[in-house]
Amino acid sequence: MIKGTIDKIAGPLVVADGMKDARMYDLVYVSDYALIGEIIELKGARASIQVYEETGGLKPGDPVTATGEPLSVELGPGLLTAIYDGIQRSLDKIREEAGDWITRGITIRGLDHEKEWNFKPVATESMEVSGGEILGEVPETEVIVHKVMVPPGVKGEITWVVDEGMYNIDTVIAKVKETSGETRELCMYHNWPVRKPRPVAEKIAPEEPLLTGQRVIDAFFPLGKGGTACVPGPFGSGKTVIQHQLAKWADAEIVVYIGCGERGNEMTDVLQEFPELEDPKSGKPLILRTVLVANTSNMPVAAREASVYTGITIGEYFRDMGYSVALMADSTSRWAEAMREMSGRLEEMPGEEGYPAYLGTRIAEFYERAGNVKCIGGDRNGALTVVGAVSPAGGDLSDPVVQATLRVVKVFWSLDAKLAYSRHFPAIGWLDSYSLYTENLKEYYNRELGDEWVLMMKEAMALLQREANLQEIARLVGAESLSSEDQLILYTARSLREDFLHQNAFHDIDTYTSITKQKIMMEVIMHTNGEMEKALHAGVSPRELFTLPLREEINRMRYIHEDDISDISAIKEHVTMQINGLIEKEQTA
Amino acid sequence: MIREYTTTVEISGPLMLVGSVEGVSYEELVEIELPNGEIRHGKVLEIDSSMALVQLFEGSSGTDISRSKVRFLGKQVELGVSVEMLGRVFDGQGRPRAPFDTAPPIVPEKMVNINGAPINPYARDYPAEFIQTGFSSIDGINTLVRGQKLPIFSGSGLPHSIVAAQIARQARVRGSEENFAVVFAAMGITFEEADYFIRDFRSTGAMDRAVVFMNLADDPAIERISTPRMALTAAEYLAYEKDMHILVIMTDMTNYCDALREIAAARKEVPGRRGYPGYLYTDLASIYERAGRIKGRKGSITQIPILTMPEDDKTHPIPDLTGYITEGQLILSRELHKKDIYPPMDVMESLSRLKDKGIGEGKTRGDHADLFNQLMAAYSAGKDSRELAVILGAAALSPLDQKYLKFAEEYEKRYISQGNHENRNIEETLDLGWELLKLLPREEMKRIDPKRLEQYWPANGSKKTEGS
Ligand SMILES: Nc1ncnc2c1ncn2[C@@H]1O[C@H](COP(=O)(O)OP(=O)(O)OP(=O)(O)O)[C@@H](O)[C@H]1O
Ligand SMILES: [Mg+2]
Repeated sequence: MIKGTIDKIAGPLVVADGMKDARMYDLVYVSDYALIGEIIELKGARASIQVYEETGGLKPGDPVTATGEPLSVELGPGLLTAIYDGIQRSLDKIREEAGDWITRGITIRGLDHEKEWNFKPVATESMEVSGGEILGEVPETEVIVHKVMVPPGVKGEITWVVDEGMYNIDTVIAKVKETSGETRELCMYHNWPVRKPRPVAEKIAPEEPLLTGQRVIDAFFPLGKGGTACVPGPFGSGKTVIQHQLAKWADAEIVVYIGCGERGNEMTDVLQEFPELEDPKSGKPLILRTVLVANTSNMPVAAREASVYTGITIGEYFRDMGYSVALMADSTSRWAEAMREMSGRLEEMPGEEGYPAYLGTRIAEFYERAGNVKCIGGDRNGALTVVGAVSPAGGDLSDPVVQATLRVVKVFWSLDAKLAYSRHFPAIGWLDSYSLYTENLKEYYNRELGDEWVLMMKEAMALLQREANLQEIARLVGAESLSSEDQLILYTARSLREDFLHQNAFHDIDTYTSITKQKIMMEVIMHTNGEMEKALHAGVSPRELFTLPLREEINRMRYIHEDDISDISAIKEHVTMQINGLIEKEQTA
Repeated sequence: MIREYTTTVEISGPLMLVGSVEGVSYEELVEIELPNGEIRHGKVLEIDSSMALVQLFEGSSGTDISRSKVRFLGKQVELGVSVEMLGRVFDGQGRPRAPFDTAPPIVPEKMVNINGAPINPYARDYPAEFIQTGFSSIDGINTLVRGQKLPIFSGSGLPHSIVAAQIARQARVRGSEENFAVVFAAMGITFEEADYFIRDFRSTGAMDRAVVFMNLADDPAIERISTPRMALTAAEYLAYEKDMHILVIMTDMTNYCDALREIAAARKEVPGRRGYPGYLYTDLASIYERAGRIKGRKGSITQIPILTMPEDDKTHPIPDLTGYITEGQLILSRELHKKDIYPPMDVMESLSRLKDKGIGEGKTRGDHADLFNQLMAAYSAGKDSRELAVILGAAALSPLDQKYLKFAEEYEKRYISQGNHENRNIEETLDLGWELLKLLPREEMKRIDPKRLEQYWPANGSKKTEGS
């Protein structure tokens, strides 16, 4: 243990003297309160420490002890359903210990070391194993089987495995004789430093979409499993609602939700809702597959900086088990601001807008930890999908955090203040957003939904783009003076916007749409477009055509239950019938 | 342990650097005795070995390098709290504020650190109880709930003070005569504005259940940094220890932020946008996030911070960062103000993000959500018609557009607008909404559930039925 003393205190930054042998990123305990901190700069014997708790009351001369270990998380059974602060302290345990307000100097371990789990061995004696190999299984929640793995870096022969039974996570469950000859005792958990990505065997390009049940996303700007996406937008444009929607409905097996420097009430919302909401696939409460990390805006800023690493390390750990994990970080801007604050206190040379020069590198490193991968230690694939919200100053996309993020992520959901203002939600602008996965995912969509899906989407997008141009003209000359083809474009584009893209997150049924239902909805809209085109050719007047009472029925598709999808196909027939009626009338006239 | 030094090395702006100190702690409260015996206060902003950087609440004029005595008081900035605070007016540091309050200081029940501690997110209870403010534009459209933080974004010369005073006077949770009080924090506002509030509170009897902290325009600017924290400390005491429901009104947050900028500039920090410090978001969050409800505790804190947007610009860092923290915003419109509409509430741009949890059957009324949606849609269509009328002339509008235009006018004049002593209950607000919708054809009521529509606006015999 290296012991030094405080020399300087400035907000969350403490500088300690006498720390000659300490290492970068070592965890330290500061003062007699034993506040947790991390070394972020070393100059000779002077260590700059970011402290994860309030520093009021600290004074020069107070002791600082370096543990010699980097900031780490405990990985093992008990992560699911937990809610942690930025440095993996359970908020419910903190409340038990300290009451309703978070006080200082509370030490709480990430996992419950007393609770017993039913461990069932998979590995057997004399097996040669290395990092990632599955030792055994624990039914962690009703929906997730926790795979207990050999920690990365351990390699050797299993000499002993415990029998199936109830054990706590400190119990030795296997022994491995390492190549060095030493015997390693393994238990159900291990520690992992948060700033170090967990190793994978190989990265593979995403080939399956992470279906989200959000129509604008799945249909137009899909995210690949193991991919990266960002959602920038001004305040109130719907970033959090989108992140919550993904956490609820994305077809991932595990969800890690990081509330990074955002509102306390939003975490309460998740905490109250997730035990109630059912996963559409398993029918079980969503909370059973969820890990929450909450370091809200009023909690210490250094722990906010750590929270995204804590979250992503937990995500990687479940990925290593072979699960598809979706990680949401709301908001990465608050993380970047925490970096900026620490950098400012360190008096580093500021880059753009005062952010440190390494901002871009840190952001890139973070998103690099996502991926569709071949896991180490066995024949299985896992995926970690990462979606970050970005909150640019004044909603201006030239913001350094937005720009640095766009350089690395493959999907851009651009939230448009104008759409949010006119209450078109999700306010994902269809003209500016993009997904670079469309090509990769084409094969999947062709296989699952038929070749027509991708074509239909292209056609629909083309209509929306035409609409943007036509609207300008229509505003000047009035929609009536447009050609009947152009009027039809306006009609269908409007239907696409209002009956498909618009989706109410707070409506029981509308909140989630399966891809099958999305396809049928889209078919109805495009079918209507096709039939109307025919009618116009047959000489039906646009006015007569567009005043057919169809839209209301089409608009109600979203409220039709997944089990009654056939009712939507009936709408299609009804549309044909009505339009044919007009055509016949025209022909007999 | 009190230590006294005369080792000031430098004074610059609101900062003082004291050398050769020992055992001084970060954030410690400091007392400075000037040569003329006057006492000033400050707190430790940074310590580097034996040098302490002190932030002076009352500014540095009159301080003196060689003769000022600096005493470190061994504690952080605290507020003495007690229920006796009700009915009193304090200055930005918690002392009785003449001429508004000339009574002796209160006898505190205890001393509390004004920085508070973060509420554990796990301990929070989601805000869901409807607060009736008596304003249709708030209750009907941008409903406020207990424990919410909902700022008013205003502009210079707009009547935000009058609106705030009216909310303070009228706000109630219906059907409960529970303990209710207002905590009011004034930062850098003028004497007239402050006097308006105090007189309004006194004349309506609201003063008996109000605690006021007042830092006026000519009071020391740096003191503004602690004023809202004083107020929130008082609020937390009353809410969580005395089971009271507290409405905290803080005005003007822009002055608060400017004081923060002054400190940052004096410290030569790397400035962020428009010179405000990079940590402005975090700092504001440490104020706004003190609103809320806590599981198992009766009281609550609802916040209405008021800020004036420089040049009416919503993207200015102060409204921008506030909007990123609060749960919606009420925006006052200069255009409506010019049309003599009070309150000049821009209902389209305003948004209460927690409203959905606070309205509906058992809270306000079953028809509230549908009615709200329909009114918003109709007003929006009406505003479009108005724009069209400007381009094409009113005569060129279709009969339907004409009706929408008329609706928008009436909606502003009768629904948004109301007297500054008019306290509408939620039924009056909702019924007024129905009455105005009837200016439009019934077929236009597309956002309203057909059954609901039949109940409040039967298809045959368009006579109005009483909503119940
Ligand atoms: N899909 C949606 N369906 C219905 N309403 C929505 C939807 N998305 C957003 N909203 C509305 O917009 C409001 C603001 O959304 P949200 O909280 O997600 O914004 P945000 O971008 O996260 O803002 P901030 O940056 O301030 O956190 C919500 O409270 C809700 O009223
Ligand atoms: Mg948000």
